[in-house]
Amino acid sequence: MSQKIIIDPITRIEGHLRIDVEVNGGKVINAWSSAQMWRGIEVILRGRDPKIAWLFTQRICGVCTTVHAIASVRAVENALKMEVPLNAQYIRNIILCAHAIHDHIVHFYHLSALDWVDIISALKADPKKTAEIAQSISDWSGNSVTYFKKIKETLKNFIDSGQIGPFRNGYWGHPQMKLPPEVNLLAVAHYLTALDYQLKADQVVAILGGKNPHIQTVIVGGVATAINPDNEATLNQERLDFIRELLLSVKEFVQKVYLNDVIVIGCLYKDWFKIGKGVINYLAVPDLPLDTKGTDFDLPGGTIFNGKISNYHPIKSFNDPYFRDNVAESVVHSWYKDIGTKHPWEGETIPQYTDFQPNGKYSWVKAPRFKGEPMQVGPLAQILMGIASKHKLTMKWFNHCVEKAKSLGTKLTVDDLQSTMGRHLARAIRASVLADLALKHLDLLEKNIGKGDYEIWNEIKFPSGEIRGFGFHEAPRGALSHWIVINNGKIKNYQCVVPTTWNASPRDEKGKRGPYEESLIDNPVVEPERPLEILRTVHSFDPCIACAVHILNKGKEVKRIKVL
Amino acid sequence: MLINLKKLSRRDFLKICSVITASMGLPLSMMDKVFASLKNKERPTVIWLHFMECTGCTESLLRSTHPPLGRFLLEIVNLEYHETLMPAAGKQAEEVLHEAMKKYKGKYICVVEGGISTKDNGIYCKIGGKTALEIAKDVTKDAKLVIAIGTCAAFGGIQAAKPNPTGAVGIADIISKDKVINIPGCPPNPYNFLATISYILTFGKLPELDELRRPKFAYGRLIHDQCERRGHFDEGRFAKAFGDEGHRKGYCLYKLGCKGPITHANCSVIRFCDVCVWPVSVGHPCMGCTEPNFWDEMEPFYKPIM
Repeated sequence: MSQKIIIDPITRIEGHLRIDVEVNGGKVINAWSSAQMWRGIEVILRGRDPKIAWLFTQRICGVCTTVHAIASVRAVENALKMEVPLNAQYIRNIILCAHAIHDHIVHFYHLSALDWVDIISALKADPKKTAEIAQSISDWSGNSVTYFKKIKETLKNFIDSGQIGPFRNGYWGHPQMKLPPEVNLLAVAHYLTALDYQLKADQVVAILGGKNPHIQTVIVGGVATAINPDNEATLNQERLDFIRELLLSVKEFVQKVYLNDVIVIGCLYKDWFKIGKGVINYLAVPDLPLDTKGTDFDLPGGTIFNGKISNYHPIKSFNDPYFRDNVAESVVHSWYKDIGTKHPWEGETIPQYTDFQPNGKYSWVKAPRFKGEPMQVGPLAQILMGIASKHKLTMKWFNHCVEKAKSLGTKLTVDDLQSTMGRHLARAIRASVLADLALKHLDLLEKNIGKGDYEIWNEIKFPSGEIRGFGFHEAPRGALSHWIVINNGKIKNYQCVVPTTWNASPRDEKGKRGPYEESLIDNPVVEPERPLEILRTVHSFDPCIACAVHILNKGKEVKRIKVL
Repeated sequence: MLINLKKLSRRDFLKICSVITASMGLPLSMMDKVFASLKNKERPTVIWLHFMECTGCTESLLRSTHPPLGRFLLEIVNLEYHETLMPAAGKQAEEVLHEAMKKYKGKYICVVEGGISTKDNGIYCKIGGKTALEIAKDVTKDAKLVIAIGTCAAFGGIQAAKPNPTGAVGIADIISKDKVINIPGCPPNPYNFLATISYILTFGKLPELDELRRPKFAYGRLIHDQCERRGHFDEGRFAKAFGDEGHRKGYCLYKLGCKGPITHANCSVIRFCDVCVWPVSVGHPCMGCTEPNFWDEMEPFYKPIM
């Protein structure tokens, strides 16, 4: 007999998410993903000045800070058919790389590692053995016996204090926790050390953005970061040097610690390279523009259908009709009045709350589709585009993983990436690629300033009448796009189609499940009261619900929900 | 002898208790009392609620160094409930919340992040099947102190911008103001929050507050009073467009729309992320994010105040 499990709230994510699954014989046979909050940002934007939309949209999410700012200014710039000075592109690109690296580090260590790592077990570890393991997989200078001893002591004192705060009621001792104590200690140590490195990445964003979270520099037409090597109050050589040192240090951590940790943990949880595949249509958008128009990029984007690399279709510019014309959203299973599947420019959001109806409407998230198909987005999609287009840096770091896994006795293939563990590995590969690219764009910026170019902004003017634009960004969680309709210089319609909307999508009018839902099918669940495996797969997507829901509801109370 | 209680193991702690008891010549039965008084040094319990927000305020804590988040969590407070950080989920998470509220009744600090929807009985935000409105009232009832982190929790924030479709308000709008401290900002500087907690733990009292219940050590002066570009303002030297000569010379951003003259905050003094920056220092005007209703009141953001 099947059993229904409801997990609400899903923790260690941004926002309020509920997951329902039906389990039979220790495996998930059906799943529903439901978002539980609406703030109405798009409604608030109507009638306002398009120039300030980015200030509002950035507040859609503080975890994905910066990403909704960049997509917004790109959408307005696209509507105005304008170009952006080179310096502004490079500054934005460095910000985007550094932010994404921060985000990936935090996601792995602080938001998802505890699905795999048992901190209580780490108390049994021999720090000397942990150091041996760590040193055998990486030449990072931090992995000393003293370091692991100290971490073990800190951990012991903390647990002995009896006040273990946020770590209470974790899934410690769960039968699916399979790491040896030494590897658990390794991960706990890097959990704490990662806090220092995510900060360094953040500091890069802050130096260019004025603060962080929620940078205050990305403006329509360029950036506000003043450049002048001969002034004390602007971006000058001291600031550029500061950025370089921070990026070098972060790069070392990402490529020598984070990436290798994911490989080791992945190899110890090999089965999870075969679980959680889900929707195998992938979408990524190109990013890190190298020119003022957005036609040449350092990161490839495109689509892959049915998991076949040979099906790769590139997206080539900020104005590519292949992307522009193929996105639409369905609301058949979302708490909105069904007005048919609509392109985002035509999108409407008329609330129709019905309570949770597994066969009817059950989420505030809409169901975006590309050419009518559900798409998985995120680092995995982007890495697959990289492999499909033979992108050099992607291949370099993917091959590093294959070699490293081989040395640990695991054969790793492109197919293995399409899984719960594969999504974590793809994210770490992407972080490694971005660590290289951030430094490249810093070089480009310095070189351009060296030519005497201090331009950061092109003037903007809104025409009378109606114009439309779209802007995309390959955010840490995947393809993000903002769609704007401007009438006489005021916002007439604004829609965000965000990564978590693609991934957390409910079923569409054909009954096709979204990526979270599909990936949960066949997931093992050994203890329904402690459904750790569900969390593993959901977390592997790095959910962000504040981003996913930009609509609302009217209706009655949803019934009390808990694990049944 | 100075003992760092935070670094003691439980075994060491008990050992010290017996040594103190013995050295003071007290009967062992007194040990319970000694234990209790030392145990009062236990870290204060924090219950952290997330409502209509973007988690930017929590994220800001990841950018702090004094104290760093790790030490804050492991050694300074006892954070019992925080959805973004806790390993437990669903039923296990809800249990943690209810147990903590019972165990630390009347003693815990409730931190609120995010605005609270009041329209249509607050149905626009639900966690574990309850509305944010219900949870906010329920959890703050037995809290000793409520700290609203960020402009959303303090004043309703972005979702309260016109037309405020969800009827969002700040926490002090639905419970007694007397036990609320507001730390506004979008997000606030994490040090304004962390230092407020440390202030209370160190001095055993609340910091002085202004009429909007913001600590004076952080929100006592206008940004304009302490801005490094004030000299340019006084001399009439202004940037008039992004990237123009004045902008490249670090002149005053007033004409680009800076709201520093009407915004109370310490951004120019303590700056962000330990890299010596704040929006004005890189060349973008202040948008007034620590003031109530700034999303509407400070508009147009790119035009001078007068």
